[in-house]
Amino acid sequence: MSEEIGRRDFLKGSAMLAGLAIAPGMMLYDLAHGENRPASSAVRWGMLIDTSQCEAGCDECVKACNKENGLPGGTGPTDEQWIRKVELKNLKTGKVSSLPMMCQHCAEPPCVDVCPTGASFKRADGIVLVDRHLCIGCRYCMMACPYKARSFVHEPIHDQKAEVPRGKGTVESCTLCVQRIDRGESNTACAEACAKAGHKAILFGNLNDPNSEIAKRIKEVSSMQLRADLGLDTGLHYEGL
Amino acid sequence: MKRLAILALFALFCGTASAEVTVPHLDIGKGGHCVNDPKFMKINHGDLLKKQRTITVHQGVIGRYSLIKCVNCHASRVNNSVLGTNSNFCQGCHVYAAVKIDCFECHSSRPETVSETLTEIGK
Repeated sequence: MSEEIGRRDFLKGSAMLAGLAIAPGMMLYDLAHGENRPASSAVRWGMLIDTSQCEAGCDECVKACNKENGLPGGTGPTDEQWIRKVELKNLKTGKVSSLPMMCQHCAEPPCVDVCPTGASFKRADGIVLVDRHLCIGCRYCMMACPYKARSFVHEPIHDQKAEVPRGKGTVESCTLCVQRIDRGESNTACAEACAKAGHKAILFGNLNDPNSEIAKRIKEVSSMQLRADLGLDTGLHYEGL
Repeated sequence: MKRLAILALFALFCGTASAEVTVPHLDIGKGGHCVNDPKFMKINHGDLLKKQRTITVHQGVIGRYSLIKCVNCHASRVNNSVLGTNSNFCQGCHVYAAVKIDCFECHSSRPETVSETLTEIGK
């Protein structure tokens, strides 16, 4: 009897030892190899879009987004579109504005509220993403989004970009070029392309940093959040609407 | 007599069972120094990747066990992929073990020139 207990204790002991050996080993490695820091809530990524600079008919931002994220670039009802160019007309005054529409990266995202699996989530730095390991493709989030920002992948995909995994049966949307941010870069593909095209309509940056260009400009100019009445506190602000 | 017959049957069974399935000869690609001991990786890579994916997706940490890095080192130099034939690194072993692999329905099975920072982070 005593022998049996002894064996059981031995097994327990060795299991605990094994646990200890793996965990501190990984921690030591992390310290030594300086991985990039986890997303922090001290940062809130956002955009300021100046619609007076956005040219009707120009789709440089859409093209850059497609290239960066490996999207096919179709604009049909079942094609994946992370940015859409939209034209708005004020019926009373007749003023036409052109603007890029995409995920607004809400502080209170309705897509996250309705997701039954926890796949739709908001990162600490304000980026709203889909964890496609958890997404079951129910598309509740697409129905909940007031901006129609999300797309469903209908067909099998091949030759994805290594840093942007995408697959059939899951929902996706603008990630604010999260792969660039995690690499330490500080601009999105669309903002870069817009500046390159000479429009500079998209300004990307950290809304929480009072010294950032976006925070300074948002303090000066008159801007608005789309459908601010919904109280979602979007990370994207529009100027000149 | 009956015992003898059973023994004979047992011997016959053992004889057939000993005809082993040949272990796949894997094309490990560029290979080199792995992030862990290969024996450890053979057993634990699934768990490590599963843990890593949550940290990477939800916290944005490009970790040690990044699938991109696995593919970068282990893609075959013949077809530039970890899939394709039964000697390719991932497919070969998973076919042998009869374990379905679904990582590459979304993830790229080919190495891509990633930024220097990403490579540096994982060194």
